[in-house]
Amino acid sequence: MRDFFVLRVVAKMLIPFMLIFALYVQFHGDFGPGGGFQAGVIVAAAVIFYALIFGLPAARLLVPDALVESMMALGVLIYGGTGIAGMLLGGNFLDYFVLSANPVTGQHVGIFLVEAGVLVTVSGVMLKIFYVFAGRAKLPPG
Amino acid sequence: MMALLVLSVVVQRNLFVVVVLSGIYSFLMATVLVALDAVDVAMTEAAVGAGISTVLLLSAIHLAGAEESRPLRYRLPALLVSIGVAAALVYGSLGLPRFSDPAAPIHTHVVPRYIQDGPRETGVPNMVTFVLASYRGYDTFGETTVVFTAGIGVIALLRGRRKKKQSEANAEIRHDA
Amino acid sequence: MVIMPLSDHYTYWITILLMVAGLYVVIARSNLIKKLVGLAIFQTSVYLLYIAPGKLIGGTAPIASAQFSVYSNPLPHVLILTAIVVGIATLALGLALVVRIKESFNSIEEDEVLVAVHGDAMSEDGDA
Repeated sequence: MRDFFVLRVVAKMLIPFMLIFALYVQFHGDFGPGGGFQAGVIVAAAVIFYALIFGLPAARLLVPDALVESMMALGVLIYGGTGIAGMLLGGNFLDYFVLSANPVTGQHVGIFLVEAGVLVTVSGVMLKIFYVFAGRAKLPPG
Repeated sequence: MMALLVLSVVVQRNLFVVVVLSGIYSFLMATVLVALDAVDVAMTEAAVGAGISTVLLLSAIHLAGAEESRPLRYRLPALLVSIGVAAALVYGSLGLPRFSDPAAPIHTHVVPRYIQDGPRETGVPNMVTFVLASYRGYDTFGETTVVFTAGIGVIALLRGRRKKKQSEANAEIRHDA
Repeated sequence: MVIMPLSDHYTYWITILLMVAGLYVVIARSNLIKKLVGLAIFQTSVYLLYIAPGKLIGGTAPIASAQFSVYSNPLPHVLILTAIVVGIATLALGLALVVRIKESFNSIEEDEVLVAVHGDAMSEDGDA
């Protein structure tokens, strides 16, 4: 795939736009369709696209295994951390209205944080599953 | 068209064709969902069903073999069971609310509160987002944990046996020759 | 009297057709990957089962806006978003198991795997 010139050029042009579109979907999830899950899958799809064109070792250099594995856990930690922050500030678990002086702003902050957590976890898990499947050697027949 | 697709998935034995057909089926399902005003769900179904799902199935076919052998001997009982289940479900569905009935219980139970008070209480126009992240945030926490667990499970099952590096493979070939 | 439910419930019948097709693939095909694809078809039919009753003809997508007053129900959308993501999680785990089964038994046909696991005594009784 590396030897096909057109594919390489088109991939290098498209992948930044895919990542920006993923960020757009993530942050615009409040005003239109979107949110953490869709954005996470699009981020993973962009890196998988890179891996398909330039090879899995190149993608592993770009997004190392350690980073992907820590992303998987970090997202859940952010989500749970937001919930615990709500508890520490006086409300119940995952109460957002205590996170700021104005309860509506608190809702905004809470929703932003949990969607960020979901984005990080979903993109990390999808990418890791792809790495594991694509990096496995096929057993010779018999 | 979706019925045709599904029937061809049932009959088709070449698994690569089955995977491509399931990708097409996911895209069609996404357009049906847009027609039903479910835009968030359609975006997720298109991204997940036609993107990640197809990639995973293709890599699994590469690792496990791409042809289905001859069908099971006893197919008739399975067909009769399926038709029986279909008949029972059709009979049950006659008691369900009509399509697009505003008085159906789904529209009158708790959703009017979400629709009327939600945008004001949370300041977020997208109703699906604030129900998902704020009113039902606990369920979304569980879902994130499920995704995380699936990632851990796949790592635990498929750890080890990396592809050999090209230099190692070349060294082996030179050694054997 | 039969024509009346015909036009009111057709969404349920499409859903049931897809559901039963997925069910047939799961129980009547022995290839494990085909079973997983059948399970995915079954799951998408369940998404339709939940979202179709939430649609109001004349309503719009559930995004609050000053121009619209009638919205389709957002609650099934939330439930199905979760269901889609959980569905790929199960698909990924199922495929990982299929890969391991292939490496252990050199086959992903259900009857051959069962014979390999239980020995030849099972194959004398016909398909397990």
